[in-house]
Amino acid sequence: MSALLEVSGVSVSFDGFKAINNLSFSIGPTELRAIIGPNGAGKTTFMDIVTGKTRPNAGTVKWGERGQSLLKMSEAAIARAGVGRKFQRPTVFEDQTVAENLVLALKSPRSPFAALVFALSGEGRKRVEALAVQVGLTEHLSRKSGELSHGQKQWLEIAMLLAQEPRLLLVDEPAAGMTLAERELTTAMLVEIARTRAVVVVEHDMDFVRRLDCRVTVLHEGSVLAEGTLDHVTKVPQVIEVYLGRG
Amino acid sequence: MTDTLTSPPTASVPNPATPGSAPPNSSVFKYPGGAGAGPRASAAFATKGFFAKNPSVLWFVLIIGALVIGVTLLSPAFGGGEMSTSFVKTIGKTLCLCLAALAMDIVWGYTGILSLGHMAFFALGGYMIGQWLMYARTQEIVVQALSAEALPATPGEIAQGVATQIFGVVGGSDMPLVWSFAHSLPLQLMMVVLVPGILALVFGWLAFRSRVTGVYLSILTQAMTLALALYLFQNDSGLRGNNGLSGLQNLPEMGATSQDLVSIWFFWAAAAALVLAYILLAWVVSGKLGSVLRAIRDDEQRVRFLGYPVEGYKLFVFAVTAVICGIAGALYFPQAGIINPAELAPIASIYLAVWVAIGGRGRLYGSVIGAALVSLLSSWFTSGRVPSVPLGFYTIDWVDWWKVLLGLSFVLVTLFAPKGIGGLFDLFQGLKTPDRKGAPLGPDAGSLQEQEAVE
Repeated sequence: MSALLEVSGVSVSFDGFKAINNLSFSIGPTELRAIIGPNGAGKTTFMDIVTGKTRPNAGTVKWGERGQSLLKMSEAAIARAGVGRKFQRPTVFEDQTVAENLVLALKSPRSPFAALVFALSGEGRKRVEALAVQVGLTEHLSRKSGELSHGQKQWLEIAMLLAQEPRLLLVDEPAAGMTLAERELTTAMLVEIARTRAVVVVEHDMDFVRRLDCRVTVLHEGSVLAEGTLDHVTKVPQVIEVYLGRG
Repeated sequence: MTDTLTSPPTASVPNPATPGSAPPNSSVFKYPGGAGAGPRASAAFATKGFFAKNPSVLWFVLIIGALVIGVTLLSPAFGGGEMSTSFVKTIGKTLCLCLAALAMDIVWGYTGILSLGHMAFFALGGYMIGQWLMYARTQEIVVQALSAEALPATPGEIAQGVATQIFGVVGGSDMPLVWSFAHSLPLQLMMVVLVPGILALVFGWLAFRSRVTGVYLSILTQAMTLALALYLFQNDSGLRGNNGLSGLQNLPEMGATSQDLVSIWFFWAAAAALVLAYILLAWVVSGKLGSVLRAIRDDEQRVRFLGYPVEGYKLFVFAVTAVICGIAGALYFPQAGIINPAELAPIASIYLAVWVAIGGRGRLYGSVIGAALVSLLSSWFTSGRVPSVPLGFYTIDWVDWWKVLLGLSFVLVTLFAPKGIGGLFDLFQGLKTPDRKGAPLGPDAGSLQEQEAVE
């Protein structure tokens, strides 16, 4: 199986501090992967590199079948190529309705001229309605998203990510601030999404990672410490020392 | 919550199960949403007509229509002359300022770019039309003067005469390069659109691509305006330095036409341009482009991660609004009769922002009301017709004190009524602001504030 995303030998330093140090990572087109690591291990910086927010000092980031480099592309171009990102705090456009948020995210040509003449097709409307049904926001489609509860905003953002139809989904701490029931829903959904696309989950919560039941990459000081099943990595002595050992 | 099952979340699943018919044994499909869309779902996309979606457009067309009929019937040209020609011009000029305010509202109220340079584009539009007006009128005069000579004047002699007439005041007698198209109305009308548009494209490209935002962008736009004004103040800028262009109220080949008639023509043109722009912009901001622009205003980084080229959108909006301002200026200055570099001073662009703020940004009618009200009040207070207030020890002379009053009301509106005059319409409709305990609606500097938003 050829990799969808292949990061190799990437290093980033901020004012001399090496946030990412010779990191290599790859993920297949339909794979669920969890990234764990203590604070400052470089998890967020890793996501910033893949989405184009941060440019690395060295290394390559290759994307797709043709091995296209993401390093020269803008954030918007990377997003159009098929990388979706969910932030830890819900980021929806609060002054716009739930429907407007979903239409914004819906896969469509992204240029100003395309937006100027854009008209929501019947198909697009069905898609938005179906997404709203999935995340339980049908009743709220015409409400401003700023009025939604924290949990509802999380769901709206997930629906927006799905509307984008990304090939790779980067999810930052999805379980933060969720109730146990919501966590179960989120787990089930991430597993389901990973059947058709690649999903990378950054997470602190070990129970949540266990429920995902997928390959785990442990980051420490900007490089990969161990990789494998959760049971495997939790037996690696260095992992126990730097991460799990801290309790 | 019921355990009603819904379709899988991905679009690429070849045959997505219809809602409610997913395999009953799977707990994977438990999403917060139940099956079946509620009645409000379709309400969000109700295919309403353009006017139903934008009720302000109908009101706007009606009000401007009534204004046009009223002014025409009271004007010296077509009515009893209850209104003076200069007042007809004042109304016509005010409509042009409203048009510029509309553009400012799009760039600031909707996209969050606080440009302090849009009146420079307005003045440039005025300069472009002024070049043709001045050239053509001067040519007429020169041809007439030379016709007394024994030999008919050659084109070269006429051109030389025109150049001496126009540039004698700055000690020149050659036509500068920037006047190359001044002989032709169609070419110069193209310049009305192209010069502000291209300047905005170049400037915007430089500013936006380096991701300058917020107050730094405002300072940059102000610097651009100041630089342009200082350049035009020089005599060798080719646009007659601080003398500017004058006599613009006299239309070429219409020397016999009275200003009564000319003033009403320009008033009609300004009203038509304003109504057209209002309808067009209302259509734009109620569509997806408007949605993207408001999203950029509130959280541009998020818009980038949705795949939208944010810089391209900003550039598009900056250039289009610059062109609108240029057209507004081209209609304004023939009514004002004179244009000089002082019109480009940064203060003019700051006034534009103040009008939009007082009217209420982020709503088209707000900017028009703000511009009309404040500029009319301004010309009334500075006309010297407002009685002074004697306080015994000091006399308040409104010509001087008007600016203090304006500054004070700007501060008061910003502090206590951030929705501006437009907020009154929300009050009548019973619309409330959201209760966010002071949090703005997005992380960006230009984002909508709690007090500006509607729940």
